Amino acid sequence: MNLTLRVWRQPSASAEGRLVTYEVTDVSPDMSFLEMLDVLNERLILAGEEPIAFDHDCREGICGACGMVINGVPHGPQKATTTCQLHMRHFSDGDTITIEPWRSQAFPVIKDLVVDRSAFDRIIAAGGYISAPTGSAPEAHSIPVPKANADAAFEAAACIGCGACVAACPNGSAMLFTAAKVTHLGLLPQGQPERYTRVVDMVAAHDAEGFGGCTNTGECAAACPKGIPLETISRLNRDYLQATLRRH
Amino acid sequence: MSMFTEGAPIADTRAPDGPIETRWQQRRFSGKLVNPANRRRLNIIVVGTGLAGASAAATLGELGYNVKSFCYQDSPRRAHSIAAQGGINAAKNYRNDGDSIQRLFYDTVKGGDFRSRESNVYRLAEISVEIIDQCVAQGVPFAREYGGLLDTRSFGGAQVSRTFYARGQTGQQLLLGAYQALERQIRAGTVRMYPRTEMLDLVVVDGRARGVVVRNLVTGEVSTHLADAVVLATGGYGNVFYLSTNAKGCNATAIWRAHRRGAYFANPCFTQIHPTCIPVSGNYQSKLTLMSESLRNDGRVWVPVKPGDTRPPDQIPEAERDYYLERMYPSFGNLVPRDIASRAAKRVCDEGRGVGPGGLGVYLDFADAIARLGREAVAAKYGNLFEMYERITGEDPYKVPMRIYPAVHYTMGGLWVDYDLQSTIPGLYVIGEANFSDHGANRLGASALMQGLADGYFILPNTISDYLAAGPFPSIDPDHPEVKQTEQEVRDRIERLLSVNGDRTVDSFHRELGRLMWDYCGMSRNDAGLRKAIDQIRALREEYWQRVKVPGSGEGLNQALERAGRVADFFELAELMCIDALHRTESCGGHFREESQTPEGEALRDDENFSYVAAWEFTGVGRPPVLHKEALEFSYVKPTQRSYK
Repeated sequence: MNLTLRVWRQPSASAEGRLVTYEVTDVSPDMSFLEMLDVLNERLILAGEEPIAFDHDCREGICGACGMVINGVPHGPQKATTTCQLHMRHFSDGDTITIEPWRSQAFPVIKDLVVDRSAFDRIIAAGGYISAPTGSAPEAHSIPVPKANADAAFEAAACIGCGACVAACPNGSAMLFTAAKVTHLGLLPQGQPERYTRVVDMVAAHDAEGFGGCTNTGECAAACPKGIPLETISRLNRDYLQATLRRH
Repeated sequence: MSMFTEGAPIADTRAPDGPIETRWQQRRFSGKLVNPANRRRLNIIVVGTGLAGASAAATLGELGYNVKSFCYQDSPRRAHSIAAQGGINAAKNYRNDGDSIQRLFYDTVKGGDFRSRESNVYRLAEISVEIIDQCVAQGVPFAREYGGLLDTRSFGGAQVSRTFYARGQTGQQLLLGAYQALERQIRAGTVRMYPRTEMLDLVVVDGRARGVVVRNLVTGEVSTHLADAVVLATGGYGNVFYLSTNAKGCNATAIWRAHRRGAYFANPCFTQIHPTCIPVSGNYQSKLTLMSESLRNDGRVWVPVKPGDTRPPDQIPEAERDYYLERMYPSFGNLVPRDIASRAAKRVCDEGRGVGPGGLGVYLDFADAIARLGREAVAAKYGNLFEMYERITGEDPYKVPMRIYPAVHYTMGGLWVDYDLQSTIPGLYVIGEANFSDHGANRLGASALMQGLADGYFILPNTISDYLAAGPFPSIDPDHPEVKQTEQEVRDRIERLLSVNGDRTVDSFHRELGRLMWDYCGMSRNDAGLRKAIDQIRALREEYWQRVKVPGSGEGLNQALERAGRVADFFELAELMCIDALHRTESCGGHFREESQTPEGEALRDDENFSYVAAWEFTGVGRPPVLHKEALEFSYVKPTQRSYK
């Protein structure tokens, strides 16, 4: 099939960006979205033009590196699918596709479709862990964990840190990302000692990074390629409230 | 000119003597310690943030060392350990099914086809138990049973149930545990993190590894970081084949540059080819995706009896199908080990009986399982895998048999290390898939995660203190001639890649190299093919430096330039892999030499002549490398011929 792409091109963080139109021909329906861009990039290189920069690595939907806004939707039209796992058979001959980077104040553009998501790392560093220095662990079976809690913790821990939740949120909030970690660790017995300092510290880091506040629009969970449930945010709010009460 | 020369054998691996179960304890006691106050004056560089690198950097930070951690990804959490599906082995014996450290040790040595070091493997089995404790304490959400205890499952090459898992995302959950421990140390100020930064060379001063030259991938700035010791945790080199299950960015540059500076490269030809991957669909294909081998529990593998049969699978009657694994290996059937299943698939495709576009695929058919168990039961077991398959291929495996084909998955070879995980360059340590240590000629499923974490959490932090106790080493002036020269070489190389300005893209060369390696140094190898490959690799490498086109400049983000440097190193490594495969005229594990097979066509080892680790010394590009042999001794496990008939 033949497609028209409108791609955000921005040479550097400080430069101005714009949408540039490219015609791509002979696209196979079996190609992944990123492979379609690879083919275009090969053509651009041979023509002496700058290829389109985009982040990607595992190309199997788990590393969280890839992500672009495709026709206004983070990761494109397929539900629960990262950009690298989106295949061209979901598009039709003659389509025009607009491709933009994640848009958020806290995710500055580095080049073209590549953005800086290091704010996520700093939110984790603020408290998204259980302090268990190597060598200090008790025997694994000394603390049983009810299966339901373990399963719910796993569901929240499946977050890949791609940032689609932020890109989808009208407020540019990273609350789903933060809540996923608060939920994962807060559901496990090992996570209890730091449960309330964790939530306060992570939310403070979230706000300091320039992410917006959460107003429960739910766009984040709809865009999440891993199906992190919106309930994680309720859990975060409850823990946060309790933490505040405990302090007084 | 001969392909290689032979040098002095490796006499000492620094493994303690005495009963095998006491060696690790002995080593820890005999190693020198560094007192806590001195640790913060010692600088350690850790390159790579996968399971091995992240766990090592976090643990060294906890101990109070001054650590710098580097990764090429935008965040340490994205290293390719994240993609490991199956699980992690540990000899906990929670099932009371006869497991023990001794048995995990035995299974691993045997699974590696008797080409690994007994002392190392025993230690790995010992430490496996502590890894699970550590990960649970960090909050890794392993699968649990209703009673709240940890669940386990069985994996290939074992008769016990010792594989701990977190659905199909075990690697992700273990890596996030290590990443969170690392972030905690970054916050504490013991670790400084450099994401989007790629190591391009190793700095060696007065015979010791003293630093790395890196390129900031965002600004393009080239700089040197100096330290008292350097740890490489940069993963495997499967991407030399272009198409593999590795992430696109996985590369051999860090270990190859260290090899060029004097670190020996061990068993480079030992690569693992996984039998159940989604086949290539077109020449635009950028990577291959693994389908868990657990599918072979219920799926039946077949191809048409007649070559060139292009009928759709449902129109091929039962009598005209060849369930070749069941026919050739009646006792193991579809569950033969990875290397055997991969070779058999290649054989039937070479006979012209492969299915799907290009004839490079075999069917993995669930029709019988669905008829026997019902669609729902099959969905409960494999639903997520079926969805993944459908997402990629657009075909519904409940209705049409899956098409699968082998793909490069893991590299057992890597930089040579001693018992302490130190390379032949003092002060350079190598951990995880980047070293060669524990898997011999074939890795068992669920053992890569175990090894990465054993190295990073428990082994390296203990052994490196013995080296560092002699430090801090004399401080090095950033204008030291060795430093200046290494940095200049890096800049020159970047400049050279940019200035060729030819008419072929980096990827077009990489594809061609990958195809060569797959054809001649892949699942099946022979003398003539390997010699041909070496000639063609050399010619293609020449052409690369004449015709490659790298757009843009060295300043700022330039992804084509990043790839160009990695592919240049793959060209050199590819040649060494072929030389290693050529010299090892026996078959063992994943290395199958057509000249060395049993009358039934199975791998035939030659213990008399090849019971050694081949450690190669670099002498120059295109020059014959020097082979150093480390003899392998088996005092606890007696080498036998594997049989799956």
